[in-house]
Amino acid sequence: MNPAFSVIVFTTLSGAGYGLWCWLGLRLALGGVAHADAAAWLAGAALGGVLVTAGLLSSLGHLGKPGRAWRALSQWRTSWLSREGVAAVATFLPAALLLMLLGARQLDPVGLGFIHVPAALLSAAAALLVAGSLATVACTAMIYASLKPIPAWRQPLVLPGYLGFALLTGGLLDQALLAIAGRASPAAAWAMLAMAAAMAVLKLGYWHAIDTTPLAVTRGDALGLPTRQASVFERPHTEANYVTREMVYVLARKHGRALRALALAMFAALPAVCLLAGGIWPAAAPGLLALAALSALLGAAVERWLFFAQARHLVSLYY
Amino acid sequence: MHAPTEPAIDTSPSPGDEVKTTTCYMCACRCGIKVWLRDGRVRYIQGNPEHPVNQGVLCAKGSAGIMQHYSPARLDKPLLRVGERGSGEFREIEWDEALQIATDWLAPIRERNPDELAFFTGRDQSQALTGWWAQQFGTVNYAAHGGFCSVNMAAGGLYTLGGSFWEFGEPDWEHTQYLMLWGVAEDHDSNPIKLGLGKLKGRGAKIVAVNPVRSGYGAIADEWIGIRPGTDGLFAFALIHELLKADRIDLDYLVRYTNAHWLVVRNPGGADDGLFARDAEGRPLCWQHVAEAAAMHADTTAGTSDSRTRTGRAVAADAVGIRPAVVGEVSLPDGRRAVPAFHLLAERYLDPRYAPDAVSERCGIPADTIRRIARELAEAAFEREVRLPIAWTDAWGRTHAEMVGRPVALHAMRGISAHSNGFHTCRALHLLQLLLGAVDTPGSFRYQPPYPKPVPPPNRPGKARQANGALDAAPLGFVHGPEDLLVDADGAPRRIDHAFSWAYPLSSHGMMHTVIRNAWAGDPYRIDTLLMFMANMGWNSAMNTAQTIGWLTDKDDDGEYRIPHIIYADAYASETVAYADLVLPDTTYLERFDAISLLDRPISDADGAADAIRHPVLDPALGGSAHADDGNAVPPRPRDVRGFQSVLLDLGARLGLPGMVDEDGSPKYRDYADYIVRHERAPGVGLLAGWRGEDGTREAKGAPNPDQLQRYIEHGGFWRSEAPEHARYFKMANRGYLDWAQRMGFLGHADPIPLQLYSETLQKFRLAAQGHGTHQPPVAHRERVATYFDPLPIWYEPFEGAQADDLGERSGDSAFPAASSAAAATPVGHVDATARGSKPHPYPLSAVTQRPMFMYHAWGSQNAWLRQIASRNVLYLHPDTGIRHGIGDEDWINVTSHHGTITVQARFAANVQPDTVWTWNAIGKRKGAWRLGADAPEASHGFLLNHLISDITPRGDYANADPVTGQAAWFDLRVRIAKVDPRGETAPQFAPLPYGTADNAPLRYGAAFRKGRKPGDTP
Amino acid sequence: MTALPPPSKKKLGLVIDLDTCVGCHACAVSCKEWNAGGFAAPLTDEQPYGKAPAGVWFNRVHSYELAATDFTTPAFDPGAHDALGLGSIHDNSGANRGAGANATAGCAGASPLAQEVAQPAMTLHFPRSCLHCEQPACVTVCPTGASYKRAEDGIVLVDEDKCIGCKLCSWACPYGAREYSHVEGVMKKCTLCIDRIYNEHLDEAERQPACVQACPTRARHFGDLADPESKVSRLVAERGGVDLMPELGYRPTNQYLPPRPRRAEAAAPPQEPLDTAQLPGVLRWLDRVLSR
Ligand SMILES: Nc1nc2c(c(=O)[nH]1)N[C@H]1C(S)=C(S)[C@@H](COP(=O)(O)OP(=O)(O)OC[C@H]3O[C@@H](n4cnc5c(=O)[nH]c(N)nc54)[C@H](O)[C@@H]3O)O[C@H]1N2
Ligand SMILES: Nc1nc2c(c(=O)[nH]1)N[C@H]1C(S)=C(S)[C@@H](COP(=O)(O)OP(=O)(O)OC[C@H]3O[C@@H](n4cnc5c(=O)[nH]c(N)nc54)[C@H](O)[C@@H]3O)O[C@H]1N2
Ligand code: SF4
Ligand code: SF4
Ligand code: SF4
Ligand code: SF4
Ligand code: SF4
Ligand SMILES: [Mo]
Repeated sequence: MNPAFSVIVFTTLSGAGYGLWCWLGLRLALGGVAHADAAAWLAGAALGGVLVTAGLLSSLGHLGKPGRAWRALSQWRTSWLSREGVAAVATFLPAALLLMLLGARQLDPVGLGFIHVPAALLSAAAALLVAGSLATVACTAMIYASLKPIPAWRQPLVLPGYLGFALLTGGLLDQALLAIAGRASPAAAWAMLAMAAAMAVLKLGYWHAIDTTPLAVTRGDALGLPTRQASVFERPHTEANYVTREMVYVLARKHGRALRALALAMFAALPAVCLLAGGIWPAAAPGLLALAALSALLGAAVERWLFFAQARHLVSLYY
Repeated sequence: MHAPTEPAIDTSPSPGDEVKTTTCYMCACRCGIKVWLRDGRVRYIQGNPEHPVNQGVLCAKGSAGIMQHYSPARLDKPLLRVGERGSGEFREIEWDEALQIATDWLAPIRERNPDELAFFTGRDQSQALTGWWAQQFGTVNYAAHGGFCSVNMAAGGLYTLGGSFWEFGEPDWEHTQYLMLWGVAEDHDSNPIKLGLGKLKGRGAKIVAVNPVRSGYGAIADEWIGIRPGTDGLFAFALIHELLKADRIDLDYLVRYTNAHWLVVRNPGGADDGLFARDAEGRPLCWQHVAEAAAMHADTTAGTSDSRTRTGRAVAADAVGIRPAVVGEVSLPDGRRAVPAFHLLAERYLDPRYAPDAVSERCGIPADTIRRIARELAEAAFEREVRLPIAWTDAWGRTHAEMVGRPVALHAMRGISAHSNGFHTCRALHLLQLLLGAVDTPGSFRYQPPYPKPVPPPNRPGKARQANGALDAAPLGFVHGPEDLLVDADGAPRRIDHAFSWAYPLSSHGMMHTVIRNAWAGDPYRIDTLLMFMANMGWNSAMNTAQTIGWLTDKDDDGEYRIPHIIYADAYASETVAYADLVLPDTTYLERFDAISLLDRPISDADGAADAIRHPVLDPALGGSAHADDGNAVPPRPRDVRGFQSVLLDLGARLGLPGMVDEDGSPKYRDYADYIVRHERAPGVGLLAGWRGEDGTREAKGAPNPDQLQRYIEHGGFWRSEAPEHARYFKMANRGYLDWAQRMGFLGHADPIPLQLYSETLQKFRLAAQGHGTHQPPVAHRERVATYFDPLPIWYEPFEGAQADDLGERSGDSAFPAASSAAAATPVGHVDATARGSKPHPYPLSAVTQRPMFMYHAWGSQNAWLRQIASRNVLYLHPDTGIRHGIGDEDWINVTSHHGTITVQARFAANVQPDTVWTWNAIGKRKGAWRLGADAPEASHGFLLNHLISDITPRGDYANADPVTGQAAWFDLRVRIAKVDPRGETAPQFAPLPYGTADNAPLRYGAAFRKGRKPGDTP
Repeated sequence: MTALPPPSKKKLGLVIDLDTCVGCHACAVSCKEWNAGGFAAPLTDEQPYGKAPAGVWFNRVHSYELAATDFTTPAFDPGAHDALGLGSIHDNSGANRGAGANATAGCAGASPLAQEVAQPAMTLHFPRSCLHCEQPACVTVCPTGASYKRAEDGIVLVDEDKCIGCKLCSWACPYGAREYSHVEGVMKKCTLCIDRIYNEHLDEAERQPACVQACPTRARHFGDLADPESKVSRLVAERGGVDLMPELGYRPTNQYLPPRPRRAEAAAPPQEPLDTAQLPGVLRWLDRVLSR
């Protein structure tokens, strides 16, 4: 599949945004929010919002008729893309609500109480944000995971992969923000380290799986002649067309290997080193964690690029 | 209607404001089309279901007519050259000036010596007009494109059957059980062949494709015979050998319809050797068995053909109720010895050198396959005969209750004819058909009226100029003997192309491929003006393109062009336009009147005669561009173009040519439409056969009808008259047909037409070469004529392979080998395995082209739709061949012939005979031509094999052509290949032509039709 | 609405005869021509006269080489092999160009006709357009409802007024039948010539898709595949028509008729009725009584 820039940007950024929202929401729902980190929280929520929105805007850039994007909300009964749209829009509601609630608390720093925000409401909104974020990312994953013509995407590790990258990149951003606010927690760092390792294992497993599973259908099947071995004599047109550009994108194997190593280094190895180093030199933690987050984001983007570039669409059997 | 959630859609939109019925000319097949117009633009072109040629279907080219018509490459005003020839720099001029210039050039020529005008037309189908025009002008130097196209097919057929493959005959699609396609990729009968193949498939008839490449028709054939190029004659002989050996031939058919039993005089060294024995009235004789004698001779197996003792007598061969002998030497009453023609035939092809085992290696076909095919042919012909319950009367008045046919048909085209041995190979195929009794019988090859013609057809080429300056006959025709050649007293050519000379005596279509070299060289004389029409002679229809361009631009020492004037009529900015001094812009097929005439290349089918017209469905002055639907496209400028036929008549009138002016010197015809209606070739005979007579009630012959074109337009643009049912087979000897054909004017008389297994015409030339008769070839040509004018088909190694091998072996010799006897002159069926066995051939591979079904020569590349299908080409080779030459798939390679080198990309495909490489024809374009972008793949990655094809033989003694007909031997090309470093471009590249480039903005043709969509419109 | 309608009573579609298709591209170009100004107009062409011409086509004609199914012919040597049309032993070197791993053919579900006898190598022309599937994921993935399957006759269409150009439907189609136009910003596809087949302005006989009408070998057939008595259904039954990639479960309506087995009978020993070495062969006909 053609790795379209807009789609890679979209899924990586909005994934990170939703991941960030998810962690923020989780902490809020579980632990409540102390006055002191509301600002940090707000910064995180805003960053998440920016990432999500930038991602979604970028995805509009992928559309031929962005002005009609609203129509995409209508077919949630059948379409994962529609569901994703609905979930994305819906997730803005708890996010906005939380922003309002926390904003209100910020405006009442001494607890005058004229703006009273019940903790239960906060927790509920936070829980909704978590659910919405996870659901949106899951929908995104399902857009791909539901496509039968692309066996590499119709793969059990795709959904956890999308969720995992959202949580990893979002989590690292969260940690970086916390570190900047001086509230880095070693426990969280260990958790992120474990996540990075898990994602590395997951991706290695995924790559191994797609490398070793032959396409279930052959060119013969595509031609309705399952017993014949067919090779291309002439393509219909000598130059490229939409289908070949979009779906018959072939990435050289050796480039694939190098890029996979790069992705692993960036989304797992370097963040892990940063996390460890941050634990050793807490003073450097903000910078190191920011680097970890950035590296993971770029690594995720490379991973996403490969996710497209190495997925073979069955229509390529015809070409 | 639709479910509530579905949008309402209009399933009945109007297809257009009006529909006009005319004839397609995206290629020479000439299908009927219906052109739907909307808001003055073409909405859609479909096949006309009523039309006899295409019955409603339409090919890819025809369907792309919109883009051809609105092509940005169209010329829109007459052009006068301002820069150097070839620079492509012109000034636009008005028609009056253009016609005045042409008149000023041509008038003195006509005064001085009309032969100084060479008028050569290409893909055109108005030879009935252009040939006549040349005749009136008085030049012998006229030809249409057949000489470089497929004259071997035409002549091979016409000198044997009085009909031919090509578009003048067809398999009996309804009844044939076994079809062999020999070297056919597409042919002119594009849609009829496809319709027919579909029918055969539906019936489960067997199709065999003999072709080094398995694509297109070969892909759906039941069997593919991947033959080595140029060896079909050997294969055919081996089949004949097998049939003779197994006595699976139709002798009754042969004695009824052919000259099998005609007695051939055996008088070695004599002036009558090899001629038919004739009686006092000139009727050929045969040997009539005397019944009692039969038993006596039943045991004459003594290994002698000496028949002096045989009882019998010579009788007229066309007598009926006789029992002619087909073998055995006899003594004629005058004492001369003679044998029936069949005897000679059987002797020749029973020779072991034509046995399957002997030819197998050279042809690349296993001997068992050859034997099996022979058996299958015989089985289909004799065990599955077709009986149609149609009573008929033969030419001798005998009635037959049914028509019995042999359901075997062959069809052949340029894979056979585009070789220097193509004439004989084509004749070999006809012999094969005749031996099976499979010519114009139910299930076999069938003639399309006006064929068959007498063998050879009666019209001889014009030679002498009359008092009014016109030639005594049209410049092209059929030579019957040495006396008909166009040679001077010394036997030197009289025509600029050397057609009808001793070098190429039966060149019935002229030799377009030699004109430019000869005009440049002044061989045999200098000409003044070269007038060309619809032929891209500066590119894909030239052999040796690079030098051709050089000849077109070469100057004498005095700085004048060696070819002083070049006038060219084209509709598009083709490569050749750049080489004209004066460019006459033509209309497209949707803008002009045309006659598809029975006097020319008719659209008849085997059951009936037909002709057709084109008429303007669009006004040229409207202009129009494919981009016009784009809101911001520049409004197209009106086009100032004229139909070339009308221009020709205008020119003729300005020159005062006979037949083109009235007594008072005023133009006789308003335009071509007027000419189509009013011109009479002979009393009552005009270009069109339909709706003749003042009231339009006459067919074929009748006074001009002023409303004739209107009648055609009302009747879908065509006229067809079915032959009576009893007249549709055995046309060469069917009383019903012969009478009908005479009534229609197809035949001058209603005599039967004996088919010529043995060609006395060829023998006359051989005798002349042996020193007999009043017209003898100059010494230099004698051996050649004697060799290649064998009255029975022969096979010889195609010249290029034989001579390039020869030269290759001598490489190191600095001297150019003299034209002497060598491999090429050895006309035997022998495999030259010895030559090949010891030393590798310097050019081990054959290189051929194929027509892509979706593209017509050069003129499809400007078409925005067709060029998407192929805008570049590659050289296909078998993977084994690649491995043998150290070449990988998609590598860049040098392809080298004895003549030159090109650099192209290779692509592996296993569906080709491994000693053959091939590519699609005419995809490669010159940069800037056709107004394509400078980076268009056609120029950067496309290529022509033409750069490798020499216009002369390796030895340089003759044109690269068949020695009998002068047919260009495109497919004799031999090459070697070698890997080179990857390139970004093919080579050679030529200086880009400065025609300007087309608007490359997205094309949204049809957007306006969508906008204008209103439900419920009626057409 | 991208939810699929209940199965329609009518299933209009095409039957394409691969035994007869010569790969002429007529169907592709006539499709382009009709539809350029039809329901889905325009079928925009980019760089029409330039370096990389690429347009919207609803129908594209591919060509393939099929390897022989059996290499155990009697007279096997590479030359003879090729001449017999049996392909080459070395086929694989070039033949699998770009095909990657698909040589691991699963042989289950072989079509009944294609496999009875060993088959020589063949060239196959293969036109490809929308199959108007019964379970078209191209429809169900569509977020806007622009893609839909008609309840009445099963035709799958795009309502270009709703389409946002997200291209997801093209990803969901395994057959490559959807064509996006960057210039128009919307998805396009074969309409089964919805504006011809019911068009009252056309003669009844012409109410068929442009590609079917044009096909010069008449290898394309149009009709109702739900009606077992229709001409197309009978053709499918007689000729063993197949679904493309049935394992994907899209249940295409269009059917392909596989090439009929090739028939080059095995070479039996030749008859030798006449030994030409023994006697002058021509004399055999010396006393043949022929009538003229
Ligand atoms: N679509 C389309 N149709 C056309 C044309 C076109 O340009 N495009 N051109 C028209 C014209 S002008 C002509 S002359 C006709 C030509 O019609 P065809 O004769 O059908 O055209 P070619 O493509 O020259 O086909 C030659 C075939 O012969 C094969 N061949 C080459 N050498 C040999 C050989 O030695 N033996 C055998 N058995 N086969 C051999 C080639 O592989 C090829 O398949 O087509 C006409 N129709
Ligand atoms: N290598 C190789 N070369 C070959 C062949 C081959 O098989 N292999 N085949 C040969 C054969 S058989 C042939 S017939 C030739 C064909 O070659 P050409 O006769 O040169 O055919 P085209 O390239 O189509 O060029 C015809 C010219 O007619 C112009 N034209 C198109 N429509 C019109 C019109 O309506 N009016 C006017 N006035 N002009 C128009 C086109 O613009 C073009 O310049 O090629 C020959 N060349
Ligand atoms: S074969 Fe095609 S291009 Fe040629 S006349 Fe017929 S429809 Fe036109
Ligand atoms: S072929 Fe593709 S576009 Fe057509 S209905 Fe099936 S899935 Fe949809
Ligand atoms: S591109 Fe259009 S038709 Fe296709 S899924 Fe998107 S909105 Fe639907
Ligand atoms: S049915 Fe119509 S739209 Fe579909 S491929 Fe055929 S011509 Fe094109
Ligand atoms: S028009 Fe017919 S023969 Fe030609 S490619 Fe299409 S299906 Fe095949
Ligand atoms: Mo030709």
